[in-house]
Amino acid sequence: MNKIESNKGWLFVLPVFIVVAFSAVIPLMTVVNYSVQDVFDANTRFFTGTEWYRDMLNNPQLQGALIRQFIFSFTILAIEVPLGILVALMMPKKGWQASLALVLVSLPLLIPLNVVGTIWQVFTRTDIGLMGWGIRELGYAYNISRNSGDAWATIILMDVWHWTPLIALLCYSGLRAIPEAYYQAARIDQASRWAVFRFIQLPKLINVLVIGVLIRFMDSFMIYAEPFVLTGGGPGSSTTFLSQALTAMAIGQFDLGPAAAFSIIYFLIILAVSFVFYTTIMHMQKDKTTSKSGE
Amino acid sequence: MTQSTATGQTVSTPKSRQSALANARYKKESALKSNIGLTVYLILLILPIYWLVNMSFKTNQEILGALTFFPADFTLANYKQILTDPSWYNGYINSMTYVAMNMTISLLVALPAAYAFSRYKFVGDKHLFFWLLTNKMAPPAVFALPFFQLYSSIGLFDTHIAVALAHCLFNVALAVWILEGFMSGVPIEIDETAYIDGYKFWNFFIKIYIPLIRSGIGVTAFFLFMFSWIELLLARTLTATNAQPIQAIMTRTAGASGIDWGLLAAAGVLTILPGILVIYFVRNHVAKGFALGRT
Repeated sequence: MNKIESNKGWLFVLPVFIVVAFSAVIPLMTVVNYSVQDVFDANTRFFTGTEWYRDMLNNPQLQGALIRQFIFSFTILAIEVPLGILVALMMPKKGWQASLALVLVSLPLLIPLNVVGTIWQVFTRTDIGLMGWGIRELGYAYNISRNSGDAWATIILMDVWHWTPLIALLCYSGLRAIPEAYYQAARIDQASRWAVFRFIQLPKLINVLVIGVLIRFMDSFMIYAEPFVLTGGGPGSSTTFLSQALTAMAIGQFDLGPAAAFSIIYFLIILAVSFVFYTTIMHMQKDKTTSKSGE
Repeated sequence: MTQSTATGQTVSTPKSRQSALANARYKKESALKSNIGLTVYLILLILPIYWLVNMSFKTNQEILGALTFFPADFTLANYKQILTDPSWYNGYINSMTYVAMNMTISLLVALPAAYAFSRYKFVGDKHLFFWLLTNKMAPPAVFALPFFQLYSSIGLFDTHIAVALAHCLFNVALAVWILEGFMSGVPIEIDETAYIDGYKFWNFFIKIYIPLIRSGIGVTAFFLFMFSWIELLLARTLTATNAQPIQAIMTRTAGASGIDWGLLAAAGVLTILPGILVIYFVRNHVAKGFALGRT
């Protein structure tokens, strides 16, 4: 679309700018402020420069949490994206079945995060939970508070249960936006199911998938309430992810300086990964369109 | 999978009819397959929720006594306790109040901004958009403490509007992102025609433009509701008693004598209900299809 070149645009974005700046800039500056100081009490504080940053980057606990965080985020993306696309392809296209499938698929999305944790805590308990009891009955000594493998598998299962519907929902809508004529053309060409998916459906899904993957990456990287309720970060610290490590430090030990420095590092990591992902995808698409128009 | 359709390249009538038949059979088979696949997925999806609902109708003796698939001693006592005690049901009212406020604020500021991003080119538009997006990347754990200090200092602590404003941090960016996708789908000629016809901008925007992107507003409202309703960390940090969300009140089921499982389950089930209503209202907009993303 041809956009009009006009700085009138700023007038329209001003309200957004004010609302977000109020909630974003002041708190962010507070964090930056803390991250370079050592606060003893309201009147005594020392400037420490980059000391906290160096401390945090060398802190083995946080390094561990960071590695776990990356493993977790990429694992759930690798499962949720293909599964979500598959579910979207299987969902009925119209009628009451479509409505029913939509409502059911969306259900997990609308449950508060700590309630999701509670549901899975109850569900996986070996004494009163269906899944925990069932696995025990099958002969496996399932125990999420002792066995870190079980804890990991359960958290990943919980996240897949909770968030695959987001990808499915976005893809379902993306699929519905494809005009019927495309499919008719494919039928005339007798294209295989795979060819239809690869050359008609997938290209149309790229945009919603970019949004879905970005949202899922950001949110999974900040995951807090669900594992906190389910495993409490344990056994040991095997399922302690970044947010939990951070809150433990900021609120539990009340180490504001280091926690703030860590916050900034945390924020920058998400920013960097999202930026790289976003620009790569955008460049790929730009290359595609320019090469097409150049033909 | 592809063999049945790959045969019919030739023009001879019987052969192509044969392939058409094979095609139809293949289609029926694949529809059956996807129905079965979807049913299995939906059953797995519902299982943890079924277990929670099942438990909410049981007494604690039954929950801890034996594993039963249906409540043997059906009771509504858990629900009765929540729905008759103001300190319980006020939590739901508080949650719904700040979610509604957040949806209103986010939509009001995001609509003009999304319009500007989809129609105008202005200085710093790309940077502004990415900056908005970065706020979705800020982990709530990072902002919890500074938010607490900011809202305390301006006397907004423990009010609904404080939580609503804090949630704007991630919701406004999302709203602009989704709305812009819908707005880019409306041809710019409509704007031009309206101006030629002598419409003032706001008249045109409210009377013509907004109805055109009704679906987009519905879908946006769904996502705004979702992300505000499920968020816990900020809502809990910014409230004490007057505006405390239900997610925070739920933690009180863990008392000295252990966890009151039945009550916890009933409270959990009640947090799911508003979401079901919301998805029911927007299901047609989602089913109509949308292709999001910046072009």
